[in-house]
Amino acid sequence: MAKIKGEIVVDVNRCKGCNLCVVACPTKTIALTRGEVNHRGYAYCHDVGGACIGCAACATICPDGCISVYKVKLSD
Amino acid sequence: MTKEEIIRPENLVYEKPRLMNDNYMHYCPGCSHGVVHKLVAEVIDEMGMTEKTIGISPVGCAVFAYKYIDIDWQEAAHGRAPALATACKRLWPDRLVFTYQGDGDLACIGTGETIHALNRGEHITIIFINNAIYGMTGGQMAPTTLVGQKTATCPYGRDPEIHGWPLRMTEIAAQLEGTSYVTRQSVHTVAAIRKAKAAIRKAFENSMNGKGSNLVEIVSTCSSGWKLSPEKANQWMEEHMFDYYKMGDLKDV
Repeated sequence: MAKIKGEIVVDVNRCKGCNLCVVACPTKTIALTRGEVNHRGYAYCHDVGGACIGCAACATICPDGCISVYKVKLSD
Repeated sequence: MTKEEIIRPENLVYEKPRLMNDNYMHYCPGCSHGVVHKLVAEVIDEMGMTEKTIGISPVGCAVFAYKYIDIDWQEAAHGRAPALATACKRLWPDRLVFTYQGDGDLACIGTGETIHALNRGEHITIIFINNAIYGMTGGQMAPTTLVGQKTATCPYGRDPEIHGWPLRMTEIAAQLEGTSYVTRQSVHTVAAIRKAKAAIRKAFENSMNGKGSNLVEIVSTCSSGWKLSPEKANQWMEEHMFDYYKMGDLKDV
């Protein structure tokens, strides 16, 4: 079966740390930083699990459009 | 496969809509406005109407909508967006004209303009963001505030004896002869966002096909006004708003 691997790229300074992407992620891949903030003072989301499947739920629900999603099918 | 091999343009699944520019949006974290802005930008781009769209921005939280989506915009006086949209569409029938209004703008000061523009069957789309509160001015009671809901100006909860009942503008619009597509959507989950996008697309297409006026209500959250986290605001909306403001198409001619 083909495995799917995804990656997210976060526009860190656009993020407002609303946490909606964290709730929407089905694989718990995305989380907010603890203690670290962007240049507007918000905690921002980032990839933590490495289990991304490229479903783009986080990016779809993000009100600020700060997440880009990439996806590849691994054939093995 | 390394991260660099995956992050390539050919593997892109989702990114910020092309029509949205790099200005930071002034909305509070988790505000539904951002999602609806993205949907509007995506639909206009997919329809190939970038150069032929006129948006009418309201007074309210979305007053700066013109700063974020790269199309032509007009700023209307408070509540008067449907009147301005009427003028734009009548003078330029080949343009896609839509208004983007909140509940204070559309359901309070602009009720008259809204109802009459819809009733005349102007070929426009009204996108109506209903978050049951005045967000920009500090969380006062709006015509759409739910019974029992606490706001800055009804701290003991809305009481119908004193404040009257919450206004369902979309149900009123569905009764009017001039409307062609009247629907109520929300943007709290991915599935709901996809449905809302389809609704906006349909409304825009109807208005371009000269079918009449269209109203897309988006039941939204106002985490700052409701004094909840964005996540809790979504839950509160599901528990309370959806009972009174029922989802789905009310009219589709």
